[in-house]
Amino acid sequence: MWRVMVPDRLDTLPRHRRALIAAIDWTRLADPEARRLRELGFDEGVGVEVLHRASIGGGPIACRIGRMTVALRRAVAASIHVAPLAG
Amino acid sequence: MHAAPLVALVGNPNAGKSALFNALTGARQKVGNYPGVTVERHSGRMVLDDGRPIELVDLPGAYSLDPSSPDERVTRDVVTGRGGFERLPDALVVVVDAANLDNHLRFTLQLIALGVPVIVALNMIDLAERDGLVLDPAVLERELGVPVVSTVAVRRRGLDELRAKLSPLLGGHPVPAVDRVEENIVVLQRRARTIAAAATVSETPARRWAHWLDAVALHPVVGPLLLVAILFVMFQAVFSWAATPADMIDVAFGGLEGWVRETAPDGFWRSLVTDGLIAGVGAVIVFLPQILILFLFILVLEASGYMVRAAFLMDRLMATVGLSGRAFIPLLSSFACAVPGIMATRTIEDEKDRLTTILIAPLMTCSARWPVYTLIIGAMIPNIQVLPFVRLQGLVMFGLLVMGVAGAYVAALLLRRTVTKGASSGFMMEMPKYQWPRWQDIGIGLWTRAMIFLKRAGTIIAATTVVLWLLLSFPKPPPGSNISPVDYSIAGRIGNGIETVVAPIGFNRDIALALLPAMAAREVAVSAIGTVYAIDDAEGESGTRAISDRLRGRWSLPTALAFLMWFVFAPQCISTIAVTRRETNGWKWPAFMVGYLFVAAYVMAGATYWLAVAVGL
Ligand SMILES: Nc1nc2c(ncn2[C@@H]2O[C@H](COP(=O)(O)OP(=O)(O)O)[C@@H](O)[C@H]2O)c(=O)[nH]1
Ligand SMILES: [Mg+2]
Repeated sequence: MWRVMVPDRLDTLPRHRRALIAAIDWTRLADPEARRLRELGFDEGVGVEVLHRASIGGGPIACRIGRMTVALRRAVAASIHVAPLAG
Repeated sequence: MHAAPLVALVGNPNAGKSALFNALTGARQKVGNYPGVTVERHSGRMVLDDGRPIELVDLPGAYSLDPSSPDERVTRDVVTGRGGFERLPDALVVVVDAANLDNHLRFTLQLIALGVPVIVALNMIDLAERDGLVLDPAVLERELGVPVVSTVAVRRRGLDELRAKLSPLLGGHPVPAVDRVEENIVVLQRRARTIAAAATVSETPARRWAHWLDAVALHPVVGPLLLVAILFVMFQAVFSWAATPADMIDVAFGGLEGWVRETAPDGFWRSLVTDGLIAGVGAVIVFLPQILILFLFILVLEASGYMVRAAFLMDRLMATVGLSGRAFIPLLSSFACAVPGIMATRTIEDEKDRLTTILIAPLMTCSARWPVYTLIIGAMIPNIQVLPFVRLQGLVMFGLLVMGVAGAYVAALLLRRTVTKGASSGFMMEMPKYQWPRWQDIGIGLWTRAMIFLKRAGTIIAATTVVLWLLLSFPKPPPGSNISPVDYSIAGRIGNGIETVVAPIGFNRDIALALLPAMAAREVAVSAIGTVYAIDDAEGESGTRAISDRLRGRWSLPTALAFLMWFVFAPQCISTIAVTRRETNGWKWPAFMVGYLFVAAYVMAGATYWLAVAVGL
């Protein structure tokens, strides 16, 4: 049995599911957004975890990166591809 | 040769630069938790152990040398010796959050590469320990190649060592800034992570209780309810806690006035002092307790780390008008005063976003409006119970507050589609760690606010009140004539002129007279009305209570409501206009702001008046 590996995106990652950033689609982001994201430490291979979602329909999400909690909008989170860690 | 070497505190937002600055210099500065609370230049003096004095500057927080907001630009320009903001510092104290090394070291690496002598303050080591993180400063020192000192700025720990290690860096020959700095953030970030990992002795997952707190504060349903509850308690407290101290101030000014009346001979000077100065300034100072209570809440919300959570919750709503949650913080501050609110917009990166926030900030019900609202509502609205726990006066007050917010909402919506059109800006913020506010810092913040307020009352407000009093008193009508003294005076004649403009929206001459000096500051309207009536009716007693009695006799309810509505919108505040000019670098935007707000005020006040007349109030 086999299945296609569809990488999850940060905006759809279930809460409290640890994951590694697989790739960031920088082209989908506006320049200042991309830079801020880098400045906050988002990078391939870094661990992330979604902690909170502001509201059911489309509010920002709060995620843990390193020892920091960072708030970002879902549209931005959607350009961050993640690979969930086992367990 | 400059007298004292210049040392700059640099680092990411919330690393503790301002706290360290306060600890090292003893200078007064607001300490907040919102990234980038430091938006002005703060400098102070400290003395090294060998007695050498040093000038210390607290630079705005930045994430890198690639600025994305005006305050980050200041930081970049100072540390690279550009821009003429400052001479090139002789040394940099790079402040890093020990619990956040991955991130803060990246900027540190950039700064070290500049070539200016650097010392690293490994700050908030107490919070790192609280959260189960053990670090080895010696490893950091080796990897970075610069001195590293562990500090706890708020407990004044590590300061002696910092001073001792700073001393040898100040050799006396200024170092030219190196222009070539590693630009690639990702490369720097990877190095930072490697170094952070090497310096970490042991680590346990971050604090449980903070996660638990956030699970409540950021919960999709509970979070917004909690925010509304906090805001409700805040506004409730402003009115209930302030009653007693406000009464005491009122009594004190009444006493002072009585004493002057008894001791000084009757005449021009006595009248100037009692009717003009004491009554005018007193009518405003009564509101000091309310303002301080409001600022107390705002400072505590900032210092505890909650403010950014509130921004997170508000982002969705703000996005509907093309703003971001970030704008919520300056707007909330604007409830106390638009001036610090407008200055706090400097942390908004997007230019259009920032401009919109500045333009709508004056619509938040700032504390200068309360004297006006309280007086008019107290005099004209019956305090009947409309619902359990809800009285009509309170309801009207709340209605005015909501009116301001609704006005701001509509204004933002329209502005973002016209003059400040642009792509909707993003929202990306680091959430600071929760912690207990430190009462010393809150105390300093409140003290600063109180002083600014009292200075305003003692200068702008006192001066406009006295000038108005003079214009109202002269020339005196010839003896025996039956023209009222006010009608005959210079101010009265100006007032009659303005009245023709504002008569269509239901304003009488007394209001027209009060509007002009209230351009300086809204509160002046209260003392101006008081002065008009005191001069018109010289035998009567003065004071806030007396003003209310006179209002009841002379104003109709529709006029009073229109007057309140006017103050929701009218940009009657010189300080706000001045700070807008400064923050937008020119007269274009303040002129636009004044224009659109006056039009809104006129239209809304007129609509209120005619609607009230139509329904027979
Ligand atoms: N526990 C603890 N809190 C600190 C320390 N240094 C600063 N803080 C707090 O961290 C918050 C941010 O500090 P601040 O000086 O405003 O940071 P800045 O943005 O770098 O100027 C404030 O609430 C400070 O009271 C520290 O060493 N230990
Ligand atoms: Mg600061």
